[in-house]
Amino acid sequence: MAEPTHAIRLHVNGVAYDLDVPARRLLSDALRHDLELTGTHVGCEHGVCGACTVLLDGEPVRSCLTLAVSVDGQEVTTVEGLAADDGELGPVQQAFKDCHGLQCGFCTPGFLTTITAGLRDNPDPTRDEAREMIAGNLCRCTGYQNIVASVLRAAELSATAERDAFAGQTGGSRQKRHAQRERGGNDGGGTP
Amino acid sequence: MTTKMFGDPIPRVEDERLLRGQGQYLDDLGNDALEVAIVRSPHAHARIVDIDVDPALDVDGLVAIYTWDDLDGPLAEPLPLLIPHPTLTHSRTPYALAKDEVNHVGEAVAMVVATDRYVAEDAASRIRVTYDPLPPVVGIAAARAATDLVHRDVPGNRAARMRQSNGDADAAIEAAPHRISLDLDIERSASTPLEGRGVLARWDTESSRLRIWSSTQTSTGLRAAIAARLELSLGQVDVLTPDVGGGFGVKIVHPWPEEVLVAMAARALGRPVKFTEDRREHFIAAAHERAQQHHVEAGYDDEGRLLGLSVRFWHDNGAYTPYGLIVPIITSTQLLGPYKPGAYTVEFESLYTNTVLVTPYRGAGRPQGAYVMERTLDAIAAELGLDRTAVREANFIQPDEMPYDHGLIFQDGKPLRYDSGDFPASLEKLKKLVGWDEFEAFRDQARAEGRRVGIGIGCYVEGTGVGPYEGGHVHIETTGKVKVATGLTSQGQGHQTVFAQIVADELGVPIEDVEVVTGDTRRFPYAVGTFASRAAVMSGSAIALAARRARAKALRIAAEALEASEDDLEIVDGIVQVRGAPDSRIALGTVAVLSNPLRYAFDEASKAATQFAVGDPTKPPVPEGDEPGLEGRDYYSPNQSTFANGMHAAIVETDPDTAEVRILRYCVVHDCGPMINPRIVEGQIHGGVGQGVGGALYERMAYDEYGQLLNASFMDFLMPYVTEVPEQIEIDHLETPSPLNPLGIKGLGEAGIIPSSAVFASAIEDAEGIPIRSMPISPSELFELRRRHGTDAERTETGST
Repeated sequence: MAEPTHAIRLHVNGVAYDLDVPARRLLSDALRHDLELTGTHVGCEHGVCGACTVLLDGEPVRSCLTLAVSVDGQEVTTVEGLAADDGELGPVQQAFKDCHGLQCGFCTPGFLTTITAGLRDNPDPTRDEAREMIAGNLCRCTGYQNIVASVLRAAELSATAERDAFAGQTGGSRQKRHAQRERGGNDGGGTP
Repeated sequence: MTTKMFGDPIPRVEDERLLRGQGQYLDDLGNDALEVAIVRSPHAHARIVDIDVDPALDVDGLVAIYTWDDLDGPLAEPLPLLIPHPTLTHSRTPYALAKDEVNHVGEAVAMVVATDRYVAEDAASRIRVTYDPLPPVVGIAAARAATDLVHRDVPGNRAARMRQSNGDADAAIEAAPHRISLDLDIERSASTPLEGRGVLARWDTESSRLRIWSSTQTSTGLRAAIAARLELSLGQVDVLTPDVGGGFGVKIVHPWPEEVLVAMAARALGRPVKFTEDRREHFIAAAHERAQQHHVEAGYDDEGRLLGLSVRFWHDNGAYTPYGLIVPIITSTQLLGPYKPGAYTVEFESLYTNTVLVTPYRGAGRPQGAYVMERTLDAIAAELGLDRTAVREANFIQPDEMPYDHGLIFQDGKPLRYDSGDFPASLEKLKKLVGWDEFEAFRDQARAEGRRVGIGIGCYVEGTGVGPYEGGHVHIETTGKVKVATGLTSQGQGHQTVFAQIVADELGVPIEDVEVVTGDTRRFPYAVGTFASRAAVMSGSAIALAARRARAKALRIAAEALEASEDDLEIVDGIVQVRGAPDSRIALGTVAVLSNPLRYAFDEASKAATQFAVGDPTKPPVPEGDEPGLEGRDYYSPNQSTFANGMHAAIVETDPDTAEVRILRYCVVHDCGPMINPRIVEGQIHGGVGQGVGGALYERMAYDEYGQLLNASFMDFLMPYVTEVPEQIEIDHLETPSPLNPLGIKGLGEAGIIPSSAVFASAIEDAEGIPIRSMPISPSELFELRRRHGTDAERTETGST
């Protein structure tokens, strides 16, 4: 007999998708295999490694521990949604490139989403706070040295982008939207 | 001259794609493929009585179920012994699907193919396998005791016994003024890449060709193995390596059962089939390493100089030996590190246990070897009351003794002969970096504050760049773009960047114009693989040689076109020009056009190369001995390995109450010869050190007496987070070039992990004043050692834990 499915709508990186999924379908699988957004990776399927981290209404969650049906109607941001609208790398992505913050790249999407949310909450972290920010994600390649450096570098880049955004009033950049959201505080909701 | 790229710490060309989520890892491919779930043995040792698949047959979406009975021809035979050795007298390898007996928890028993993984797992969970349990052999002690046997026809559970010696070690020890003996243990760990294994296969019915994508460290090896198993000609099989989410050794094993089975199913079903390993499967069905017990006898003089060294050790090879004896052979040879051991004898036994098979994990036997040698030197220093670095200095091979031949045979069947290194200089750098001579003052100060600190040191030599060979192909296209291919694979090392750096320098082209492909048998079918810190040395050298061939041809053709002498030409930013007369110039792309005489024009550039436009009408368009096209292909096949080296020091603080170990400093001096990209070198060292911390302080495979792996998850197998690694890894480099290859480079991939257990044992022992003889060490084990040390007055230096 065919497995019953449920109609849901996911807003992923600003695009709405209508899906029919079985109740047990993991959000990670829905993103990767139903929407073919394969940037989100699955490293353990039990919520420990953090590779599958996506932002759910702005908050980092483990997509491998989240059922797709449970986030019907919510806003999901994946690694594919971290670049600016004009295609430029987002500040966290750019920082990883500048600092050699990745090697095999498999865990990287989870770090990028985690740090994106982390810097929104704490835009100017100390080194200790930067370590704390990534302390729930596993990486087997880098020994974390350059990921910590990337967090600090990303904070610098974001601060610069924010200053530019306020100074230039050149609309449309994702950095600016983040900056505005930050000033508004962390409301935990916020479908744009 | 174009800006020199070799030595420039440029950002990686790989990153942009990976940072956008546009990487193509195995499970990102084949979204249309059928998916596989494997029924695995829940028993460490059992006879298979019956497999009942009937309950699974009505699962909606099930496509096929395979057991051993469904395999035929070579598919039904045991998987290959990849690296035979004369002393490996009792090799046993697994079947792709278990036949009659299972020998470890996780061994593949049946394969289910279904429309997706959820359905495949549904069906797999309904298959009923009846087992008749047999007594399991778990751990080295049980294997040595051999009360029970893993394989009925392997007496003593002994796969191999091997002995090498140089001189009469027993006599030298007997005659020495001082003698010491030590028992040193090390436990299992594993590569544990964030991406597990995975394979996708497509059978093209129209052309009878098989295309495989695998998360592998060897595409050419896998291609040959699959072709042999499926009785296909090599020309019918292509293997492509997608982005690989880390390897660290485990993915050099091939063919994995799943690789054979998925290829078989794709052909049988005429549909693409994919296997993606989950985390638990990776723990119980891939490979582990490290577990060994060692007994050391050493004789030495008043300066701590070794006069004789005799080492016996027992290697846990798990249930099967598909990768031969590589790990224990490496321990037995690389144990010697930067030292002259006097007379040396080493003997090991490789033993079966009913646990996951053992194959190389980053370091591959060297961490054990360094641990044994460094512990021995620390123990000698303690006996003589000498500084630990002084004992090391007394034993160093000196720079003027290079090349230094140990009189042993290395893992590649070649002599263990060091080509380069300056160990006294490295130690000097390390002592300065960590402040070795100032440490006692720091200890006193810490002690005054009620804190316990210790400093440790570990040195190693690493044979890198083992043969037999790698090749490179450099193709300058008519656009001036340069396409480079090499057969070995990449798992995050940054090969596309460093190989492009090499080619940019050799050809004189902008690095943006160079594109590198690795691990695609269609682009380069001759290769060995990525392991043993060999990619930069082997493929880097081959690509440099290939680029030199392409350059030589470009200069020859350009000289003709420019009516100049080849000797007067240079290539700057992709333009061949006459030195001192830059108006006389021709773009490399145009040279490429001229290199390929055409009958048919297809664009403006190619018009210049058609038969009425170029060439001496009295000569053949492609002269004898020449080839069309502006390409170079070459191979690098060294007579022996290159030997990199390094020394690490750590300062630790141990908590007086909880026995937790905190790393205060971690310092590395490393010599991999000239660095192609220092940023990537440091990244590799960081990663190795991070893994080394895991192996020394946190990671182990917790098997119970029944052979159940109790910590087969990331919840319980304690891989370091950022909170466990040193806050800073301080690195200094020494660059002594190797005379063995065109670039003078030595490998570095494994380096960072090699001395970790040695360093931390040394530092913890220094902090605690308790001999550390077993690694890894957890806070509770240290706590227990303290308790025993406090109560056991008869504890001796040689006491084993």
